[in-house]
Amino acid sequence: MINYLWLVPALPLAGAAINAIFSRKMPRWLVSVLGVGSVGLSFLVALAEFFTVLGAGAQGVFNVSIYSWIPVGNFKIDVAFLLDPLSALMLLGVTGVGFLIHVYSTGYMAEDESYGRFFTYLNLFVFSMLILVLGSNYLLMYVGWALVGLCSYLLISFWFTRPAAAAAGKKAFITTRIGDFGFGLGVILIFVTFGSLNFADVFARAPQMFQLGAPIITTITLLLFAGAVGKSAQLPLYVWLPDAMEGPTPVSALIHAATMVTAGVYMVARSHVLFSLAPFSSEVVAVIGAVTALFAATIALTQMDLKRVLAYSTISQLGYMFLGVGVAAYGAGIFHLMTHAFFKALLFLAAGSVMHAMNGVIDMRQLGGLRSKMRWTYITFFAAALAISGFPLFSGFFSKDEILAQAFESGHIILWAIGLLTAGLTAFYIFRAFFLTFHTQARWTEDEGRKTESRHSPSSVVGHPSFHPHESPASMTVPLAILAVLAVVAGFVGMPSVMGPNFLEGFFAPVFGEAAAAIPAGTEWMLIGASVAVGLIGIGVAYWFYIASPEIPVNLAAQFKGIYTLLWNKYYVDEFYSAVFVEPGRRLAMFLWQVIDVQVIDGFANGLGRAMASFSGALRGWQTGYARAYALLMLVGTVIVIGWLMLR
Amino acid sequence: MLAYLSLLIVLPLLGALVLLFVPRQNNDAVRWIALATTLVELAISVALFLSFRSDSAAAQFVERVPWIPQLGISYYVGVDGLSLLMVLLTAFLMVIAIGGSWAGITERVKEYHIIFLILEAAVIGVFVALDLFLFYVFWEFTLIPMAFLIGIWGHGRRVYAAVKFILFTMFGSLLMLVSILALVFAHRDATGVLTFALPEILKTPVPLGLQGLLFAAFALAFAIKVPMFPFHTWLPDAHVEAPTAGSVILAGVLLKMGTYGFIRFNMPLFPEAARSFAPLLIVLAIIGIIYGAIVSAVQRDVKSLVAFSSVSHLGFVMLGLFAFNAQGMSGGILQMVNHGLSTGALFLLVGMLYERRHTRLIADFGGIAKVMPIFAAFFLLVMFSSVGLPGLNGFVGEFLILVGAFQANPWYAAFAATGVVLSAIYLLWMYQRVMTGEVTKPENAALKDLSAREIALLVALVVFIIWIGVYPRTFLDPIQASVTNLLNVVR
Repeated sequence: MINYLWLVPALPLAGAAINAIFSRKMPRWLVSVLGVGSVGLSFLVALAEFFTVLGAGAQGVFNVSIYSWIPVGNFKIDVAFLLDPLSALMLLGVTGVGFLIHVYSTGYMAEDESYGRFFTYLNLFVFSMLILVLGSNYLLMYVGWALVGLCSYLLISFWFTRPAAAAAGKKAFITTRIGDFGFGLGVILIFVTFGSLNFADVFARAPQMFQLGAPIITTITLLLFAGAVGKSAQLPLYVWLPDAMEGPTPVSALIHAATMVTAGVYMVARSHVLFSLAPFSSEVVAVIGAVTALFAATIALTQMDLKRVLAYSTISQLGYMFLGVGVAAYGAGIFHLMTHAFFKALLFLAAGSVMHAMNGVIDMRQLGGLRSKMRWTYITFFAAALAISGFPLFSGFFSKDEILAQAFESGHIILWAIGLLTAGLTAFYIFRAFFLTFHTQARWTEDEGRKTESRHSPSSVVGHPSFHPHESPASMTVPLAILAVLAVVAGFVGMPSVMGPNFLEGFFAPVFGEAAAAIPAGTEWMLIGASVAVGLIGIGVAYWFYIASPEIPVNLAAQFKGIYTLLWNKYYVDEFYSAVFVEPGRRLAMFLWQVIDVQVIDGFANGLGRAMASFSGALRGWQTGYARAYALLMLVGTVIVIGWLMLR
Repeated sequence: MLAYLSLLIVLPLLGALVLLFVPRQNNDAVRWIALATTLVELAISVALFLSFRSDSAAAQFVERVPWIPQLGISYYVGVDGLSLLMVLLTAFLMVIAIGGSWAGITERVKEYHIIFLILEAAVIGVFVALDLFLFYVFWEFTLIPMAFLIGIWGHGRRVYAAVKFILFTMFGSLLMLVSILALVFAHRDATGVLTFALPEILKTPVPLGLQGLLFAAFALAFAIKVPMFPFHTWLPDAHVEAPTAGSVILAGVLLKMGTYGFIRFNMPLFPEAARSFAPLLIVLAIIGIIYGAIVSAVQRDVKSLVAFSSVSHLGFVMLGLFAFNAQGMSGGILQMVNHGLSTGALFLLVGMLYERRHTRLIADFGGIAKVMPIFAAFFLLVMFSSVGLPGLNGFVGEFLILVGAFQANPWYAAFAATGVVLSAIYLLWMYQRVMTGEVTKPENAALKDLSAREIALLVALVVFIIWIGVYPRTFLDPIQASVTNLLNVVR
């Protein structure tokens, strides 16, 4: 099967290329068949590759070279793929979730005038993400890394006539590019240090060449992590992700929840050999992860835009993953990446289903009471909410617990406590959103006569809108149902040792090595108990605040007005960046142009020109036009030259 | 063997000669003849490229005929890996330039095309000349047609721009003429042979005392042409006022004469001086990268934005060349081609917009992607090529340059890499203001999308933008032997 590995990225690329050129002339059904079909086939091939790896056991690591890309001197880079348990699992996630979201999009985007362009971008994204995951060297990974950024830009600003969408796309690209600046330098430093960018070479040489804590490895890993901070929206570069919600909701689900934003986690896990050699860098990863998790969760507490709540939630959950890989629990980080892909994609798609029903309204102040109108959306959102809250035996319970347990066991008690607190906040904000959307009084009026148009770009309706909400078509609810099943059961592949076998740990052994010693059963049960308790408290408080006594949150907001305003305004970080970087940057640019270029340099050149003009003006006096005057001058000149030559 | 190179120089002149006899009012005949000439020229240079032997660093397709034997001047031409890509790029962009002038040039069509063909011959001559005097003649010969193009077919302040262009470059080339003479006489003093032939002069090392001075004089001439900071201020004016095709050729080909001069003359002739001057040139290059990018961001005119971005991109080229290692040098040479394609395409796109709206001010646009979706798609692709997005041409060159710069000094790469962030800022911001949003100006509401001719031109450019990004070996392999050879001399 390994000979067909290239098909996995090639199929979506072909879909993108054909739709890019011909979709304007093709019927919609053909665009859908190409767009969805290419990713579906890609998923089937990926599935076969996954079982190839699974069947090979400890030998499940394959290198496939496609062609020699850039050979210059000793810098030899191939387009080559690496298939091992880590990339095989990622392939399944990208193509599998990608396929479901493509199917969902055929319903969600059905009325959009740029249907073909949407599927072109979406297929291109899947291709790029697969290159990122499959690349067997850092440069190819960087190629995928940058291309997913391009697709993110294109899809966030998909509805480009809306200025907010165009601005958000640009912001996302530039902010992540700042991180890529570090990532690129890190890749170069790897080449200069190891003479190769191939994962196999680098990871084989690193432990031989360097001691634990070697400064150069620390530098490399910190530079690489800078890229992850941008791409995976961590502090301080997370600001682009909430704005990215301007894109169509399937995009938020696929790119800004399930796949692209997790690239940083994948990269750190892939580079685990380097990060293991750099304890300081790993500490930085863990701390930034934990702090981001808490920081973003606090913002999510007060937001009223359902998609923004989910966006801050994604930032927060990514923080968990970095906490995991930062404390060397690489398998746990990837495990949470996987379960999060299921339940967060589901949350977004369910939110999209709500927008579909409510004519683009996503402000929870205008939602409420939707549970009877949209059963499937309601039930699946509920399943995902339980999963992210860490409700026992739901997928998020297992993966989050493993990260927290490993943080605790590795001695990071403070980080564990932050993670635990965040878990409580997570349960609270997600159920707050759940109750405000599906329970509580409807804050809109039923309007039978009005057929709801399918408008999905976020719209804000002033006051008390009236709609005729309805459940979404099967193309949207079936993917919801499949993801809901996964969000519920996916956790059983990685059970804690006190509860059963951990399949995932064994599967990852060829990549991350044998698992560390099991955590003592008593500690394990204590940690599980603590996680479950805070999750249940969070859910309970949300119920108390928004169902039982809805006046409480209003009173609290009034009582702690300062904190509430700070959280509502997201700590004013965007305003801070604008004042400190954007505005001074613009002024510097104007200064360089108007003063240095126009006045100093051109002023100097023009001054030189004027001096020349007056000098030649003086010379002009000699040009009398009289032959005898010229003859005299020539004579004088000749005498001077000859005289000088003789006297020399 | 076929006299490929003479053919390449003579053919455009023949085309120009034929045009002289075409009746003035028959504009279409003029255009077709010019296009046919450049297409045949392109076909010949492709044949040249295909029959070029990649494993040799020596000049190939050499022709030598005595010209002024008393002074050791000969008609002496040849190509090696350093010049091969430049010849190909010139022939390619000339086709684009002629095709891009089809609708935009309606005044003095005949003279315009004659001048363009003369320019092509001169530029090819610059890239293949192996005799210093011949090189100088061709070099000067590029100046006059370009100045005419700006001064006659340009916009608004075209005369000011043409004069500024002439003065800046004349200043440089006069300096170069003096240094060529000094070099030739120094060589005669050392060997007793009076010759302008570069390969012969290279056989005898230039005395160390003279190297610094001559290097500086040559470097100044070429630095103005590149242009390097702080000699760049002629460029935005020239670009803004030049007609579209003039900008394509100016950015795509003429600036490369400067960077080419550095690798053809400065480095092999004065290797010791090159080494000691390298840090200065690299610092200027890096200042150019950052300065050009920052100033570019606040331009109000799209063309001057692209012009300042050229200052930034050519800073990358210079950085790569003077890193003095295989990656930097190869990346620098490849980036000369990349810049020609990407910036050439950008100027072409801006020109297409100008032909429809007769303005280039960013503030006059907005929402163009809505009315011209095909144009927008090409604009996006070309923009990301210029940003250096992996998978497209700019990335390969830029990354090789950064790898090379890092090996010379990590700080070079660290500072230069900020240009990668800045290029995203100025281009994406411009795209946002020109292309996205609702159409607010009524003049923009009914703009026609691209014609078949315009699409054909852009497709031709985009094919190479993707080709070099995905499979750069086609263009990297032929230059390796010459790069290695040059590095052996310089290091």
